[in-house]
Amino acid sequence: MKFGVIRFPGTCDDVDAQLAAARVGEAALLWHRDRDLQGVDVVIVPGGFSYGDYLRAGAIARFAPVMESVIEFAHEGGLVLGICNGFQILCECGLLPGALLVNDHLKFVFRQVRLDVVDHNTPFTRNCPPSLSIPVKHTTGRYYSPEPVQVVLRYAPGENPNGSQDDIAGVVNNAGNVFGLMPHPEHAVDALTGSTDGLTIFESLRTAVGERVPVA
Amino acid sequence: MRARVLIRPKAGILDPQGQAVERALPALGFTGVSEVHVGRLVELEVQDESQLPAMCERLLANPLIEEYEIQTGHTAAWGERASEEGTAA
Repeated sequence: MKFGVIRFPGTCDDVDAQLAAARVGEAALLWHRDRDLQGVDVVIVPGGFSYGDYLRAGAIARFAPVMESVIEFAHEGGLVLGICNGFQILCECGLLPGALLVNDHLKFVFRQVRLDVVDHNTPFTRNCPPSLSIPVKHTTGRYYSPEPVQVVLRYAPGENPNGSQDDIAGVVNNAGNVFGLMPHPEHAVDALTGSTDGLTIFESLRTAVGERVPVA
Repeated sequence: MRARVLIRPKAGILDPQGQAVERALPALGFTGVSEVHVGRLVELEVQDESQLPAMCERLLANPLIEEYEIQTGHTAAWGERASEEGTAA
């Protein structure tokens, strides 16, 4: 199976995402000005500061040429994983509900958090244990949605790092093929850095793609 | 046409920047201040002001979390105002 990791000007977690994905499959980088998704099975919109995060986090990146292809890919049922800035971009372009606001304490937060997997019935979490230890690092991570959403990950009680509504750390769209989360699974794939729990998200995707019936 | 767009956090959404400013003012001796909110100001020169609402909806603001107010006709351009007020560097 093949992952495609998007690189915008200002993206900084693309290499870690590519290395993490390469542990379970092939992983290519996709440039923000290209429309060709190179036949990938999963698109990863990684973390960082796309286009400097000017105006609002993710507000400019949503209009990148590659995002037109990603939106089309998602509407056809393709699997899309948005991490941190990628989550913000997916919310800005309407693939996911809600928005990310500045942390309630106004400070950058960088720490390991414990997450409860509240929905294992997604292509992104089927191989995950009930609880994950994964780092967060952001200033704009306070999730907000006026409508009910399909929550996949919650910060464990007492672990909410940003004032996120109902401790929400990750959500999927109604169709279940687009997932966004603030924590960084790509930074938790090697015991050297303290946790390999993030790898279970990439492994879940490999399982899901492997079981897919090829389109005739 | 000069235009100015004021963007504010929507009412009811926690505005920690506004709260921080509200708490800082009494520390400087300014009392009786409440309902402080911090937003964003976008100044533009536009040929067709009828496009402004669409610009706000699609890019300048996120209508889910922000409200915007468009002002036209009475705002000085960026550089002009700075020199008039003697605030240019």
